[in-house]
Amino acid sequence: MAATEVVMAGFGGQGMLMAGKVLAEAAMAQGLEVSWLPSYGPEMRGGTANVTVAISKLPIASPLVTHPHALLVMNLPSLEKFGPMVKPGGVIVVNRTLVKKDPERADCTVVHVDARELATDAGNARAANFVMLGAYVGASGIVPPEAVEGAIEAEFTGGKAKFVPVNIAAFRAGLAEGRQVEASS
Amino acid sequence: MTKVLMKGNEALGEAAIRAGCVHFFGYPITPQTEVPEYLVKRLPEVGGVFLQAESEVASINMIYGAAGAGVKCLTSSSSPGISLMAEGLSYIAACELPCVVINIMRAGPGLGGILPAQSDYSQATRGHGHGDYELIVLAPASVQEAVDLMLLAFELAERYRNPVMVCADGMIGQMMEPVEFPTEGRGAPLQENDWALTGAEGRERRIVNSLYLTPEINFAQNKKLKAKYEEVARNEQRWEIYGGDGEPNDLLVVAFGTMARICKSAIDDLQHEGLKVSLFRPITLNPFPYAACKEAMDALSPNARVLNVEMSMGQLVYDVKLAAEGSRPIEFYGTAGGIVPSPDEVAARVRELVRGKAEVG
Repeated sequence: MAATEVVMAGFGGQGMLMAGKVLAEAAMAQGLEVSWLPSYGPEMRGGTANVTVAISKLPIASPLVTHPHALLVMNLPSLEKFGPMVKPGGVIVVNRTLVKKDPERADCTVVHVDARELATDAGNARAANFVMLGAYVGASGIVPPEAVEGAIEAEFTGGKAKFVPVNIAAFRAGLAEGRQVEASS
Repeated sequence: MTKVLMKGNEALGEAAIRAGCVHFFGYPITPQTEVPEYLVKRLPEVGGVFLQAESEVASINMIYGAAGAGVKCLTSSSSPGISLMAEGLSYIAACELPCVVINIMRAGPGLGGILPAQSDYSQATRGHGHGDYELIVLAPASVQEAVDLMLLAFELAERYRNPVMVCADGMIGQMMEPVEFPTEGRGAPLQENDWALTGAEGRERRIVNSLYLTPEINFAQNKKLKAKYEEVARNEQRWEIYGGDGEPNDLLVVAFGTMARICKSAIDDLQHEGLKVSLFRPITLNPFPYAACKEAMDALSPNARVLNVEMSMGQLVYDVKLAAEGSRPIEFYGTAGGIVPSPDEVAARVRELVRGKAEVG
């Protein structure tokens, strides 16, 4: 099996690198090979940031990919940059709160989620990154949801442990959206 | 031991501690700053010394002192910072002191940029300071290999009393991968020896010095160093061959570090198209595995091409040409400035070469 590659992109500070780390941790806990490759240009809060997570049963050759199997985008610049690169048959999760444009990829499964609204309902607008991750996991079944929730618990410890419930609630809200799309496609 | 997901830079720092190194002197620079960031937290926990120097020139001279005092020591930097260490490295090699230097390469020349590059290959294997000296240079292609090679680096530094450089690019420094540390806790310190400056009370004094004004004595020291580098070349060459299934192949790719991994993906894709392509990856950049590289070329089908791919304008390519001994032309594909060739771009270049050959033949 070749690797499944996921590009997760947004403004710096929106937490896509963190969501990517949680996805990588969840896959690793399933005994899979993973790599997490961030963009590390002169990024700053408000600038663009992205991460490529590769997941595979076999050792991962290139951590860098041109045509990912999935794309999670928090903002328009990220959709414009990476949208055309997704492999046909791939999954694109779009944050409808900020991206009003359709990816125009009839050959992909597109999931639109109101990431900020769902995160706010879950208890904190800043958990929008986990709504996005939930939508992807729901639509793709890439890893079991329990593995992601376990990775969230492992990631937020000590003083940050208080964020676990809201992050998991946000993840589940996204998961439900993603599953609906998977069921209808 | 369970695997943990770690950034390359942090894993390098932890590996140093596992190797028994608890003395770090360094100065921040992107994309390696997570090495000192990690060690500044970890070293006090193991009773170690973390010192942020005022510059890379100071860092390497602190390493000179610490190594002379007989402790395992580490410094870390990225390309422009390594250039500043050139003088110190020459002195440390001249005095035959063990130490490990990490270079997380970024784009150059000059201040260049902070994105990944492999354009310090020549500096690492040929250049840096003045005089007839060499570094042992190890080039990991994954976070796990970065850890394994750090442990090896401290071993080789002590065995040969020579600076060892672990040479990776910004991508390996910044990416996270699962990693397993083969040793628990903290490894052994440097063994008892007859050269470290540990206080001369009750014994003959020792001198660490590289000034030999008598030409014959200087020449003798140079011959001693040369004999050591030859011994290293005999014993320590490491490489990997990937793909090809042992059959005569259509093309051989030569690449190291991150670039080699990208080439592996290209090779996998090309295999589905029926193209037989293999990869030769030097793991020790110095000593370079010339004989093994030549052997991989000799195993190719008669008109097969050799393609060297690197994230530079062409540096490793000179060693590949030396390995070929004029037996065949070496093609080159490279990028610089922080542009990393994708598997698709490498595959396209390979197709072009194989097809080109078919048209000619």
